[in-house]
Amino acid sequence: MKRRQGLFHMLAAASLLVVAATAQADQQKLLHSERSLYREVMVYEQDGQRCMCFTRNCRIGRQSCMDMRQPDVITLNYARMMLGALFLKPRPDSILIVGLGGGTLPRALHQLLPETSVDVVEIDPAVTRVAQQFFDFKAGPRTRVIEADGRVYVKRAIRERRRYDLIMLDAFDHEYIPEHLLTQEFLREVKTLLAPGGVLAANTFSSSRLYDHESTTYASVFGTFFNLKQNNRVIFAVDTGAGVSLPTQQIIADNSRRYAAALRSMGVDVARLLPLFSTEPDWNPKARILTDQYSPANLLNR
Amino acid sequence: MRVVLSYLIAGWSGFFVMAVELLGGRLMAPTFGSSIYVWGAIITVFMLALSLGYLAGGRYSLVSPSVPRLGGILLVAAVTVLPILFFGESMLDAVSIAVPDPRFGSLLAASCLFLVPTFFSGMVSPYAVRLLVQDRQTSGRHAGQLYFVSTFGSAAGTLLTSFYLVLLLEVNQILWSLIAVSTLIGLAAMSLGNRQPLREEVAA
Repeated sequence: MKRRQGLFHMLAAASLLVVAATAQADQQKLLHSERSLYREVMVYEQDGQRCMCFTRNCRIGRQSCMDMRQPDVITLNYARMMLGALFLKPRPDSILIVGLGGGTLPRALHQLLPETSVDVVEIDPAVTRVAQQFFDFKAGPRTRVIEADGRVYVKRAIRERRRYDLIMLDAFDHEYIPEHLLTQEFLREVKTLLAPGGVLAANTFSSSRLYDHESTTYASVFGTFFNLKQNNRVIFAVDTGAGVSLPTQQIIADNSRRYAAALRSMGVDVARLLPLFSTEPDWNPKARILTDQYSPANLLNR
Repeated sequence: MRVVLSYLIAGWSGFFVMAVELLGGRLMAPTFGSSIYVWGAIITVFMLALSLGYLAGGRYSLVSPSVPRLGGILLVAAVTVLPILFFGESMLDAVSIAVPDPRFGSLLAASCLFLVPTFFSGMVSPYAVRLLVQDRQTSGRHAGQLYFVSTFGSAAGTLLTSFYLVLLLEVNQILWSLIAVSTLIGLAAMSLGNRQPLREEVAA
């Protein structure tokens, strides 16, 4: 009997979704669509807002969005949160971004730090093409795009003895987590790739059970970390040790002042970001740590 | 007993192959990533190894076929998974450094890890057909039933591994469990099965 009811609810929810999707589809205009090795990359525009999506009518999440009237304004909340990493590492010489999307982060970082070299690893060349054609992303002498799997690049960069002051992980989306990018071994590799005192900023979508596992996995490699939560979860971890300790709230606030004006022009309110910096553990510390041997991240994330 | 063991071995072998194939993706991801090339390489290697195994299994069935020998094939397939457990990681690292190209690197790595065990697994089905078929008239039915059992086993191996086993166990623990089950079934077939080879039928 329960089962029947569940099925009924599911059907009702599904039909609602269909109605909602069609209603939305009426106003959304498909500007571009191209099939890649991995997926279909689509660009939709609605009321001057342009978004990159991997599902029809942006049904499951938007990868990246841009306000065409104010292209420098950062529209998606997670991207605003990710820029808070600069309050922990105010003057990075080199930045690595894993996952390009529409190129919001590298564009903003280039504006904020024109002298800093930014390497972006993107697995899907179609995403890079679309970011350049539709989202005003430009590779240049200071912005390099590498077509590779994030983990493969990290390993290669370690062998080449590269080091980054700031590493940003932005390779997850709502529907699928690359499981090899959420393991203890991978985070150790990222930590190795960080310059001393470097910062890792990770945008994750974890909810439900995965939240606990992700937390214990990060804690096992970085110890205490900053955990910023709104609709998204953003983790800031610092390569502490060797005389580097976690910045205090005071230092974070001081550092934020340097960027307050520039960020305001991008629609980012520093005063709203600062209270989010929390180091309070709010997860089950006994959750099993994710490793290369045990990494059912997608099964846990439902 | 001959019939039961032949079907059991074929079904389990199907399970075994797909479980190893799925875990193969997880083993390779830390070194080669999870790009489409990696899955392409893994599937290519498994298909190639199976196809060669079918040829070899058919050949091997020509001379004194018996259930214990079928059990022996299953056992060998299981034992050849052991190098993956002991040397897998260092081998993957070595290949990725020697051949950085994501396509050919993963193809070479997948070959090193999976070609041999999958080849022996491929030998099982044609060999089991030989043990089951009594006469020409029922040969198609037996072959059909055998394909059913073996492919159904593959489906079960895929589903159980990807939906449930990876949630409970580590990759290597699953591989050890697969080896253990193969060993048990293989040894059972070697001790229970009639050692006497099937009577050679007079060629028509």
